Amino acid sequence: MTTRWFGARVQRVEDDRLLRGQGHFTDDIAEGALESYLVRSPFAHARIKSIDVSAARALPGVVAVYVADDLPFGSADLPILIPHPNLTHGRTQRCLASEVVRYVGEAVAFVVAENRYIAEDAADLVEVDYEPLPVVITPEVSAAAQHLVHDDVPGNVAAEMLQEVGDVKAALAKAPHRKRLRLRFERGAAAPMEGRAVWARWSESEHRLTVYDSTQSPTSIRGGLAVLFGLPESNVDVIAPDVGGGFGPKIMLFYPDELLVPFAAMRLGRPVKWTEDRQEHFTATNQERGQVHEVEVGFDGDGRLLALDDDFIHDAGAYTPYGIILPIITAAQIPGPYRVPNYRVRFRDMYTNATPTSPYRGAGRPHACFVMERTLDAIAAELGLDRVEVRRRNLIQRDAFPYEVGVLWQDGNQVVYDSGDYPALVERALEMLGPRPQGDHIGMGLSPYVEGTGVGPYEGAHVQVLVSGKVVAFTGIPNQGQAHATVWAQIVADQLGLDVADVDVTSGDTRRFPWGVGTFASRAAIMAGNAMAVAAGMVAEKAKHIAADHLEADPADLELAGGTVRVKGSPDRGIPLAAVAVLANPMRYAFGGGTEAATQFAAKPRPGPPLPEGEQPGLEATGYFSPVGSAWAAGCHGAYVRVDPKTFRLEILKYVVVHDCGRLINPMVVEGQIEGGVAQGIGGAFYEHLAYDADGQLRNASFMEFLMPYATEIPTIEIDHIETPSPLNPLGIKGAGEAGVIPVGAVLAAAIEEAIGVPVIEMPLSPLKLYEQTAGR
Amino acid sequence: MKPPPFEYHSPASVDDACALLGSLEDAKVLAGGQSLVPLLNFRLARPAHIVDINRIPNLDRIYERDGGVAVQALVRDADVEDSELVAKVCPLLSAAVRLVAHRVIRNRGTVCGSLAHADPASELPAVLLALGGHVVARSTRGDRTIPAADLFTSLMQTALEQDELLVEAWFPTSPKEFAIAEESRRHGDFALAGAVRAGDRLALFGVAPTPVLADPKDPTHGLQPSGDLEATPEFRLHLVQILTEKVFAA
Amino acid sequence: MKVNGVTHRAPADPRRLLSDHLRHDLGLTGTHVGCEHGVCGCCTVLLDGAPIRSCLMLAVQAEGHEVTTIEGLAAPDAPLHPVQQAFHECHGLQCGFCTPGFVLSVVGLLAEHPNPSPQQIDEGISGNLCRCTGYASIRRAVKRAAELSKQ
Repeated sequence: MTTRWFGARVQRVEDDRLLRGQGHFTDDIAEGALESYLVRSPFAHARIKSIDVSAARALPGVVAVYVADDLPFGSADLPILIPHPNLTHGRTQRCLASEVVRYVGEAVAFVVAENRYIAEDAADLVEVDYEPLPVVITPEVSAAAQHLVHDDVPGNVAAEMLQEVGDVKAALAKAPHRKRLRLRFERGAAAPMEGRAVWARWSESEHRLTVYDSTQSPTSIRGGLAVLFGLPESNVDVIAPDVGGGFGPKIMLFYPDELLVPFAAMRLGRPVKWTEDRQEHFTATNQERGQVHEVEVGFDGDGRLLALDDDFIHDAGAYTPYGIILPIITAAQIPGPYRVPNYRVRFRDMYTNATPTSPYRGAGRPHACFVMERTLDAIAAELGLDRVEVRRRNLIQRDAFPYEVGVLWQDGNQVVYDSGDYPALVERALEMLGPRPQGDHIGMGLSPYVEGTGVGPYEGAHVQVLVSGKVVAFTGIPNQGQAHATVWAQIVADQLGLDVADVDVTSGDTRRFPWGVGTFASRAAIMAGNAMAVAAGMVAEKAKHIAADHLEADPADLELAGGTVRVKGSPDRGIPLAAVAVLANPMRYAFGGGTEAATQFAAKPRPGPPLPEGEQPGLEATGYFSPVGSAWAAGCHGAYVRVDPKTFRLEILKYVVVHDCGRLINPMVVEGQIEGGVAQGIGGAFYEHLAYDADGQLRNASFMEFLMPYATEIPTIEIDHIETPSPLNPLGIKGAGEAGVIPVGAVLAAAIEEAIGVPVIEMPLSPLKLYEQTAGR
Repeated sequence: MKPPPFEYHSPASVDDACALLGSLEDAKVLAGGQSLVPLLNFRLARPAHIVDINRIPNLDRIYERDGGVAVQALVRDADVEDSELVAKVCPLLSAAVRLVAHRVIRNRGTVCGSLAHADPASELPAVLLALGGHVVARSTRGDRTIPAADLFTSLMQTALEQDELLVEAWFPTSPKEFAIAEESRRHGDFALAGAVRAGDRLALFGVAPTPVLADPKDPTHGLQPSGDLEATPEFRLHLVQILTEKVFAA
Repeated sequence: MKVNGVTHRAPADPRRLLSDHLRHDLGLTGTHVGCEHGVCGCCTVLLDGAPIRSCLMLAVQAEGHEVTTIEGLAAPDAPLHPVQQAFHECHGLQCGFCTPGFVLSVVGLLAEHPNPSPQQIDEGISGNLCRCTGYASIRRAVKRAAELSKQ
């Protein structure tokens, strides 16, 4: 290899078209598509007595209005994506509700019209007679079980799970010090700038369904649609084109529109599209983060953890389509980078009359980190010890890997930290933080964290060298802005001795690569990155074998560099990779581009059949990567903040991040992920929340009231990296997508608590909450 | 989130606009659209008629008169922000308009539209009130001057009649001592509470159904602010104290 | 109305938003729609040279005006506009959905403040939401764009 792309700050290959307005987002596709709108429940819990769509159907420009009875699958519950033995009372919604609605925004009818304006006019004419039922909002109210969200789910409990390492009861009884805490995290929203969108076309002549979907998992959507419509998977194409941010909630199976749009396209014989508007997004797209933790901790006089007991409830929302992954992740991540010799965690997944939940960047981890860090700060306060020192005393040391935590991970395996150096992260963060700024009402927060990344089961990739010498590479995993096309091109270019510009990556298109899982859980770089390396490595080996015949050399003596396959040490003895691609496909008919070199009367380097036994034509290969377990990234954030003692305005004076995601493919891209994650964390800690009232109405369902930060609210952060490679994948990488967001709440809680001396036991905070805590003091 | 159907009118003169407003049932005036169009898109407003005044010529002047500055109906917030005349005659208005949303909104939004919309948390109504300015309303019945003190009648309601078009706002010269301060969650958001000082006069916004004049020595006297997600009545009263101190310390 | 120098007729339906007209009638899908209530800034275009929200304007209102969308900033085969180039160099975009709006807002900002201070940069981009970048790289891009614009 002449150039090494891995590890370099390569500028993105995606940018040019996005900057020119030539991106290709789902709503950009027209092709004469009808437009649609969903009639949604205005009640959080109600019985549907009747639905009258006659006036809507009669409106000129309306093509169809569907209710549950009109759908062949209308009486089927939608699937549970991730079943789990502890999910004893899993419930999912139907595509369109016809009997009971259980959250504001649940779909009731689907209007298809010549354009969206008319579809919305028609939706106004749909008359639904609702009989309101008692509403269950907040996990605490759900746990009290005065009213039920589902008649047949006793106590509103979807699932319960208890795990224990060691003997918590005994350890607590013996502990010299004990403390109880009650900690609360409110709901938040991912709020990508592009809402969800689906476009579908049915070709009767080809018997083929084509769906564009702003999803994080086109392969799963394809599988599901094939099952639902009774089609071979090979007759269903699902493409996630450019996706305007995902952050978790764009992975579902299914949102109602993902079925209704293809259904209507098949039924009506015209392309149909649905584009979510911002108002819908606030109630109809999954949310996350609501949890209440009851913690008891036992510790010694030096602040060392002896036992931790956490009993928490998780706000599932009205249904459990995503299973119980979120509370499982929280339970697994609470110990974080610390030794907890005795640990017991129980959770109950509680139904509420609110939008269902599924992972949002961080996915159960920010709450876990908040719980552990608040607990350590409480220990420090109780003993009068330095908060950083308490952390140092409890950190897992660098010689302890692999480190078994003793609880279950989200892939069904045990949590085992593969590698890391947590003390180094903390010390480097302190160094970057530097001395405390001068002034009053300034506080410091510091939080190390871990993140299980790159869950399986697998991803794959296909790499092909074209006869032009250029390379195309495909994977099923889609992209929502993480620079996949750039970083995978870096990996492939290294393997094939090419320039990044020679490698064109297409992702998230089942026509190009039909297998795979999706983009979530900070897994794309590990999974698809390693699959790319495997596939490109196979191509390189094949290229060496073909070239070896022509160069009369041993394949082991060859290397790929500068667009050629050549003899190591004799760069003049080589053959262009383009020519190898030609030779890889023995042919009768030349089609230009130098392919005459592979026709049957051209000189042959060796006897035997043109295509040797066991070989396939073409300089291409498909490779897969399936890890034995997750790679555990880690990091440490620190901040100095100032809180105005009168207005309670937050000023972040300094924010530092030390991050370890193993070997860095492209530091520029990783830093972008961290910067964006921290901003989302700051939003979720001090500006954003979802304000449901007791009737289950979301009172801030717009960007006017859901306070996503602007540039004026987000500081520029300082970032440094350390690299402890993961032993679990050949590239030694770990995921980086969620790291930025995880500890922000914990850091700001500690800093604000110190700045103005109020105990922080909940997230998010706001000037109003701080005012109320200090009022009357 | 698409506007409901309406009939669209684009009068070419103020007289035509007034004639339309005088004859149409359920008409809304469209100027900058930065408040009205979101309401249309949410379908929270469903007027039968939209009277778009943007094509009326000679309605976009800023000029000096009667010891103050007059701002006509089609003057954009950004024009006021950039106006040297406003900076000279009424620097309080220059300072206040910079707090209105973001530049991109100010490029389109109008000062008169902000006054007619009368959002209690917006800055310009309070500035007009603090300065003791007025607006000129025109209808087929003639012109009428409405002092700021009489303009804002209740929550998002003004003394403008259905058939009247607010053609001009007049801001008196700022006194030597003036200041505006507000507390908002994010830069450019509507204020949780705000205070405008013009000499010895104090106007508050965001703390009552309309902007209100208050006693600088006892600014919360008689105030009963409403509560919302970001501020309780008590927090608003607390902020009023702080903001009043701030504008009078300036 | 003139859009990117080409004359078009306004739509017949007066309620059609300028954003929808640009995207769905003229096929200029680089103008994105993120909230339709004027907060996110994804739909920002230039109206007679100044950035405005195209979701808060009826298409009929643009009759007689010049609209510049992201597609009009640099011809398809021409080099990127300095602001676009700066966003590329500084990793000022990730998913790219908010990007056209940001780029046009920054074009407006630099027209008013060719040498923006840090505060002017923050205020100048504070009418646009980005969920991916955390804004740091966009700040860097504005500084870089100011440099490139002078070359």
